[in-house]
Amino acid sequence: MSLPLAEEETGLAPGLPLELADDRESIKITGFWMFLVTDVLIFASLFASYAVYRSRVALAPGPAQVFHYGPVLLETLLLLTSSFTVGLAIWAMRTGRTRMLFFWLAATLVLGAGFVTSEIHDFTSMVGQGLTWHQSAFLSAFYVLVGTHGAHVTFGIVWAVTLLFQVARRGITPVTARKLYTFSLYWHFLDIVWVFIFTFVYLGGKIG
Amino acid sequence: MVDSDKAPLPKFPGRSSRRRWLFGAALLVGLLTTGCGPQYVLLRPAGPVATKELHLFELAGIAMGIVIVSVFVLYAIAIIRFRDRPGNRAPYMPNWHGHRLLEPLWFIVPAILLTIIAIPTVGVTYQLAHLPKTRDPVVIDVTSLQWKWLFEYPGQHIATVNYLVIPTGKPVLFELTADSPMNTFWVPQLGGMEYTMPGRVLPLWLEASHPGLFWGHSGNFSGTGFAAMFFHVKAVSPAKFAAWARRLHRTAAPMTLGDYHRLLTFNVVGESSYGAYPASTFPSTKTGFVLRGGMYTPMHNDPRKG
Amino acid sequence: MALPGWMLYLIHTLFPANTRRPTELGADVLIIATGAILFYILIIKGRWRHVWTEWITTVDHKKIAVLYLIGALAMLFRAGVDALMLRTQLALPHQGLLSALEYDQLFTTHGTIMIFFMAMPFIFALFNAVIPLQIGSRDVAFPRLNAMSFWLFAFGALLLNMSFVVGGSPSAGWTAYPPLSENVFLPGVGQNYYLMSLLIAGIGTTMTGINFVVTILRMRAPGMTLMKLPLFAWSALMTSALIIFAFPPLTVALSMTLIDRLFQSSFFTLGHGGMPMMYVNLFWLFGHPEVYIVVLPAFGIFSEVVATFSSKRLFGYEVMVASLVSIMFLAYGTWVHHFFTMGAGPAVNAFFGLSTMLIAIPTGVKIFNWIFTMWGGRIRMTVAMLYQMAFIPTFVIGGATGIILATVPVDYQFHNTYFLVAHFHNVLIGGTLFGLLSGMYYWWPKMFGMKLDEHQGKWAFWLFFLGFWVTFFPQYLLGLEGMQRRMNTYPFGLGWHMLNVISTIGAFGMGAAFLVLVYNVVWSLRHGERDVTGDAWDGRTLEWAIPSPAPEYNFARIPVVNDRDPWWAMKESGATLANSLSASDIHAIELPKSTPVPFLLGASFFLFGFGMVFSWWYVAILGLLCVIGTLIYSGFNYEEHAMLSADAIRGTEASLGRLQA
Repeated sequence: MSLPLAEEETGLAPGLPLELADDRESIKITGFWMFLVTDVLIFASLFASYAVYRSRVALAPGPAQVFHYGPVLLETLLLLTSSFTVGLAIWAMRTGRTRMLFFWLAATLVLGAGFVTSEIHDFTSMVGQGLTWHQSAFLSAFYVLVGTHGAHVTFGIVWAVTLLFQVARRGITPVTARKLYTFSLYWHFLDIVWVFIFTFVYLGGKIG
Repeated sequence: MVDSDKAPLPKFPGRSSRRRWLFGAALLVGLLTTGCGPQYVLLRPAGPVATKELHLFELAGIAMGIVIVSVFVLYAIAIIRFRDRPGNRAPYMPNWHGHRLLEPLWFIVPAILLTIIAIPTVGVTYQLAHLPKTRDPVVIDVTSLQWKWLFEYPGQHIATVNYLVIPTGKPVLFELTADSPMNTFWVPQLGGMEYTMPGRVLPLWLEASHPGLFWGHSGNFSGTGFAAMFFHVKAVSPAKFAAWARRLHRTAAPMTLGDYHRLLTFNVVGESSYGAYPASTFPSTKTGFVLRGGMYTPMHNDPRKG
Repeated sequence: MALPGWMLYLIHTLFPANTRRPTELGADVLIIATGAILFYILIIKGRWRHVWTEWITTVDHKKIAVLYLIGALAMLFRAGVDALMLRTQLALPHQGLLSALEYDQLFTTHGTIMIFFMAMPFIFALFNAVIPLQIGSRDVAFPRLNAMSFWLFAFGALLLNMSFVVGGSPSAGWTAYPPLSENVFLPGVGQNYYLMSLLIAGIGTTMTGINFVVTILRMRAPGMTLMKLPLFAWSALMTSALIIFAFPPLTVALSMTLIDRLFQSSFFTLGHGGMPMMYVNLFWLFGHPEVYIVVLPAFGIFSEVVATFSSKRLFGYEVMVASLVSIMFLAYGTWVHHFFTMGAGPAVNAFFGLSTMLIAIPTGVKIFNWIFTMWGGRIRMTVAMLYQMAFIPTFVIGGATGIILATVPVDYQFHNTYFLVAHFHNVLIGGTLFGLLSGMYYWWPKMFGMKLDEHQGKWAFWLFFLGFWVTFFPQYLLGLEGMQRRMNTYPFGLGWHMLNVISTIGAFGMGAAFLVLVYNVVWSLRHGERDVTGDAWDGRTLEWAIPSPAPEYNFARIPVVNDRDPWWAMKESGATLANSLSASDIHAIELPKSTPVPFLLGASFFLFGFGMVFSWWYVAILGLLCVIGTLIYSGFNYEEHAMLSADAIRGTEASLGRLQA
């Protein structure tokens, strides 16, 4: 006599989307949510620092003088649209349309790349005017907060490119579906962070 | 960040200078004390602030003593009674896992004891945070440097390095800042410490109730010369204090910005005195942090001026 | 003989003058000797292939546990030697044994290593060894991530330990407050080492936190509701949650310092509006939860040990869980008590003083529940239990002095004195280390299949326990005498030397205890009593229901859990281990497959970190590219699992005597 034994379960749970139906893959999605929690906290710490450092401009110009609202509006537009297209990509994945999935994922990539390009251009022009992060604590906090977001987007683009190759090779399976789904979570998360950056950093800078 | 070519290079005290300060410190301390046995300076307060802190320490100590003793007794009984040995007749209750009266009890008893400590804690915290309103303090501006103390007396227009003279029976308001990494300003027999921080001015008031010679030291590590950050405090009667200050103001040479820059060098020095000092060596608390003589480049902190 | 310029550059950068003194040369000799032994074992005796396939590429949580344990004990040795050198220097006034800089380096590495590279991996060793077994799972949620965490820890530790002989150690204390930790005051690579190694190890730690939260939430055996979860698993869950919430602020604080140092930003430099207080807040926003990260697992271990060795159910399970959860939340509301004297004002100080006192209540409740677990039991004095028994009085005193320090005006006097040093060693050694050692003795049979010798273990215990009190009790008194921490020497005449001598003698007692402990381990590996039943201590929880050491797949069949102490309940109803499964019960099992990815990832991060430390950007970029390359390679590798055939499992179970004939 020993401990009572549990039934061993295999196969996909019925009635759930592909990425959640396989137990092992759905556990990975839970794990990814946990990762997002840590990332939220990274950004929370950076936002808190920015809030403190915002007024500590030393001899350098303050928020109202340094922000370029043209590029920022463009970046916002690109990133918000890309969040929509990645949603469409997941919809295509769930309905099993690989070609459409490719199209929307590629569109997301292009929009993301546009965002990064615009941001890099914006930063270089600021540095060109002598606004380096050495100048003030405010500029340090600004570059590191917005730059961390930009680095996340860049990483997301590299990640999505590798996903394109994986889907091309293996099609839509529980594993690729889970990977695409976590990528979309990541991308939406970056979009939300950007909304906060846009509001608190850029619009907040306008208010002064 | 300061331009690296303008920043003074760190100079660590060499062996000989270290010996010199050790010798000096030994001499100083030898003067301060009689005998070599343990000296519990925290238990021998010489002013009202330290006394209040000691009383609170005693209260907390007694309350915690009660906790410690009662837990130890209970614990000893448990170990002795319920040890697994042949013939042990104490009851064995393998499935006993809760008690409706006992469990709330050890929420309530510690909570009561902690409340007893908490109420005076809050009271004394507020009391010591502000100078007694009715009394006029002597103000001393303290700047911690690598690895020395600069004391400036704005009322008396004098400055000293590594030693203090204060009047007895009068609160002394120390305004603390640093032109260096953080230290804390601490004279154990007069009362608790407070940080000296670059970019901020923190207040701390202390008082000596009787004349005496006390030692002070930094409480926050600031680099290789940290252990040498001793200073001593001489408490004298107000009349003697006034006479001392007048004499110093008349006889000692004034401190120049050059002198201040020499003090900024990373080294350990002895005591010295100045009959005056440049205003820019201590931040003005009214207009924000401006420390024009310091190792940090000048700055101002007002975002509206951009 | 003239050396080429690049060689001179390398020598002067890697081995500057401050790494060419007797202490450092001693460390060099030790490193070379260790290297020679490793070389002998790996290359000459040809064990390289075995080490690679069985250990370096493993993703098995039980083997990772062993790796963590080896790492933790090695780091305990390193940081313990640091401590002995510090104590020797302080034994007498005017002692010139160590230079001021060396002393600063040693107390910095002592603190940093003990917290990040001893306590944390020791905790993870026990998590890995026990948690999946306790909750009836075949592995952690993410085995590959688990191995990555280990290798990030290992290479982070390597980076920090290298610093003493290559380039120079950090010397700003384990808290590394700016502006002291900035280039102006501490030029050179030491602080970079500190920052990079903690950042790299911190990534690993965060991933471990995620891993165990998901493991415990998603991988429990059927029937094991959260309120049937063993307390060690509860403590692991709370610890992991704390890690997830605490490490990000540390990452941000360290990154800001790093960017200040390497790329001249202005977060903490005064001249450009920087603010050191920002660092202090972020650091302790991590630092205080960290205290509970290292002590909660000890609470969990004690809850298991005390129930097992009292042969009795744990007293007040629900309250124990509730207090763990409330400690987790309260842990975020106390961080300012580390800097009452930084001018936050009476309102803030009073609030944080009270919140600190509040957190003592759930902790105190646990103490009473442990005592009442013993009450009405039958206490067996094994080594694991002895550590528990030593823990209660030690931790009560440590907690009481903590309350004294939480009394704000008193803290103004005691801040950064030896009273504080004694207090936190009281809780960190008396709480965490006693707990971890207790856990090591308790679960050693489950990890290695043999017991550690009890007789030798008791010698080590008594030496350690007495040594501990001889070391730290005098330090409370030194605090009352006004001695400040981190002073590399002190003058005659303050009356400090007598107590310092006593404290140093105690420290050497603890050092001797460590040697006995090592002897105990080495001796027992050869001659220790084998655990053939799998249930070495008459245990209560699931891990004791399977063989020791657990087979690769842990459970041939996952059990159903109906009780808080499932294995105890089964034994009560007459269960035995022998012949428990029939051949038809056993099916093939899918297991995670070994992979070199985690090791390569760690090595790439090491390369990146090394490049950053010396500002050799090409090396750093190469390291970063290797990191990305490894991740991409890992992403394209879909063969994460391999099947273990039913016959193989039947063979193993039969050889363990658990299969019906």
